[in-house]
Amino acid sequence: MARTAPVEVDRPRGDEDVRPDVPWVVVVWNDPVNLMSYVVYVFQKLFGYSREKATRLMLDVHHKGKAAVSHGTKEKCELDVARLHAHGLWATMRKDR
Amino acid sequence: MLERIRRTRSGEYSVRLPREERELLRGLPGQLRALLTLGDATGDPALRRLFPPAYEGEPERAEEFDRMVRGDLLEQRLSAIDTMERTIDADRLSEDELTAWLSSINDLRLVLGTRLHVSEETTARDIAPGEENARAFALYGYLSYLEEEVVAALSRTL
Repeated sequence: MARTAPVEVDRPRGDEDVRPDVPWVVVVWNDPVNLMSYVVYVFQKLFGYSREKATRLMLDVHHKGKAAVSHGTKEKCELDVARLHAHGLWATMRKDR
Repeated sequence: MLERIRRTRSGEYSVRLPREERELLRGLPGQLRALLTLGDATGDPALRRLFPPAYEGEPERAEEFDRMVRGDLLEQRLSAIDTMERTIDADRLSEDELTAWLSSINDLRLVLGTRLHVSEETTARDIAPGEENARAFALYGYLSYLEEEVVAALSRTL
């Protein structure tokens, strides 16, 4: 991801976002164009995540190359992927392992 | 830095941009519309970036998904373009209108970034020489700063 200004990082919490009881997962992949601030904004807006959680997910995407950002039924994940694509994020979905 | 895009007490956003920036922005929605409506949907990497595959390594599933959503996604993008074009001279924007600007500005950055092969560490020196590339990279940089300002303004209410 690109940055044009220093990013403010809230202290990350240790909780894991993996919920094995739901069958599908939406993954956002790193790309060199989308701004870090924009990605945080999109995660907050689309998923209602706190700024802290959205920032943690954005940094996971940036540093690890991808992050699981939502889980649920196939239909919910299809909707989430479509909304992420509408916002220009590179998102895919797969069955959770 | 002067806040050029600022949320007002009424919940609207004031937009203070110099005339030359408005002139620079004015033609961009139309160019984006032309790409979206006349472009080569499968052959142009910039268009593929705007409509990426929803399934990694499963082209048939990804194509099925694309058939399902592309019409809606295209309609949303064209609607945002119409709004930005219509309000390009406005000093005040509603939240919906500024969100439409953000959508088109981000799409334009994705198109330019793809065309310029931008990477995480790209600087002006990495851009292949040529006046056209230099202009495109300058525009890309300008849109990046403008987008930061729009995101900062819109993030205040989240």
